[in-house]
Amino acid sequence: MREIEVQKLTDSIREMCIEAVHELSPDMLNAFQSACQNEKSPLGKKVLGQLQENLKIAKEDQIPICQDTGMAVVFLEVGQDVHFTGGNVENAVNEGVRRGYVDGYLRKSVVGDPIIRENTKDNTPAVIYYEIVPGDQVKITVAPKGFGSENMSRIFMLKPADGIDGVRQAILTAVKEAGPNACPPMVVGVGIGGTFEKCALLAKKALTRNVEERSSIPYVAELEKEMLEKINRSGIGPGGLGGSTTALAVNINTFATHIAGLPVAVNICCHVNRHSVRVI
Amino acid sequence: MEYYMQSPISEEDAGRLRAGDYVYLTGVVYSARDAAHKRMKEALDQGKDLPIELKNNVIYYMGPSPAREGRPIGSAGPTTASRMDKYTPQLLDLGLKGMIGKGKRTQEVKEAMIRNGAVYFAAVGGAGALLSKCIVNSQVIAYEDLGTEAIRRLEIKDFPVIVVMDSQGNNLYETAVSEYAQQ
Repeated sequence: MREIEVQKLTDSIREMCIEAVHELSPDMLNAFQSACQNEKSPLGKKVLGQLQENLKIAKEDQIPICQDTGMAVVFLEVGQDVHFTGGNVENAVNEGVRRGYVDGYLRKSVVGDPIIRENTKDNTPAVIYYEIVPGDQVKITVAPKGFGSENMSRIFMLKPADGIDGVRQAILTAVKEAGPNACPPMVVGVGIGGTFEKCALLAKKALTRNVEERSSIPYVAELEKEMLEKINRSGIGPGGLGGSTTALAVNINTFATHIAGLPVAVNICCHVNRHSVRVI
Repeated sequence: MEYYMQSPISEEDAGRLRAGDYVYLTGVVYSARDAAHKRMKEALDQGKDLPIELKNNVIYYMGPSPAREGRPIGSAGPTTASRMDKYTPQLLDLGLKGMIGKGKRTQEVKEAMIRNGAVYFAAVGGAGALLSKCIVNSQVIAYEDLGTEAIRRLEIKDFPVIVVMDSQGNNLYETAVSEYAQQ
């Protein structure tokens, strides 16, 4: 049994919120670079150039890449040999988010109730997912999610007979409807299988995967490549202003499902696909 | 075409802009998003004055991140315009001449734009750090309690935007996308 002070969660999450909104991971930067080289539309190329310049300014001047610094989604993979001490884990996570958003000059975009809609003024609460895994470490992923793209995400409860063609169609439908609203070039996270809520979570987690690595399941890896090509033939382009770069990557995660169902979730992320990962 | 233009926008300037034109805007625009639009609608319903003059002015759909010391504003890119569509035709009929945002608009907004000779510009979504460099001054002038959603008077210089919908009803999102579509 390894003891971990919850204060450690707070301190890490505070820093990770600030890091995530100012700098993208190297795989995202590589994806941007190749998109700039391959874009066919002159206006599209100009938009991609502005987005690269934006990333440079964000890092150097510590101005968030996007003003929508998101709702904080926090994944905690907790080793089963870990014992947290010194307080309540959920409070510690929220305290980390609170300090990160207040100390880091990040936008407070959370309302405490979906209908009454009063801003909580510190971006809490976070959306927290816990997973128990073997070992005595804790892997923290902080993924601040903007809502321009979140609003364009979809769940489809397909029939088994719809098969892989139905999945292809669902992904294209979501992307085409999102169009310019989701700040393309997008990263498309897809969940296939599970139950209604499980496939949504698979899609969300797919967005935190490295965009340069394909699925370890051969048919899924093929589908990821095929869908990226198809999406980039849609013409939507950077900023939705036309072009050959509509998505930077399609990441698909799958899970077992019921004999009667084929759930598909498409979680769309803009080009600011942010996540910070640490193991403590 | 590429233009350097002043905001507020004159009738002539708004009338000659066409979908696809690239414009560098200089002057004053006002930020307002969801909650500020809801309040403005409530004020109009109660027969009250709006906190901003709409005639020939431009609204920027934007809620910034907080400014660090010594800077006028934090990250300041456009938000999705369609969430304001419900309120927009009324504001256009009251003289609003331009809007800066991102994403599609409704048919009702398009018709109100044609009726009033107005323009819808897109700024690059997700380029909030870059766009903040074109904002030289920012002052909250109404609804301060709304925080990031308050109405701000923004002084902008050479702020880069693209005409997506013009006063003739042309729409770049439709024409440019079909040009590059391959299926």
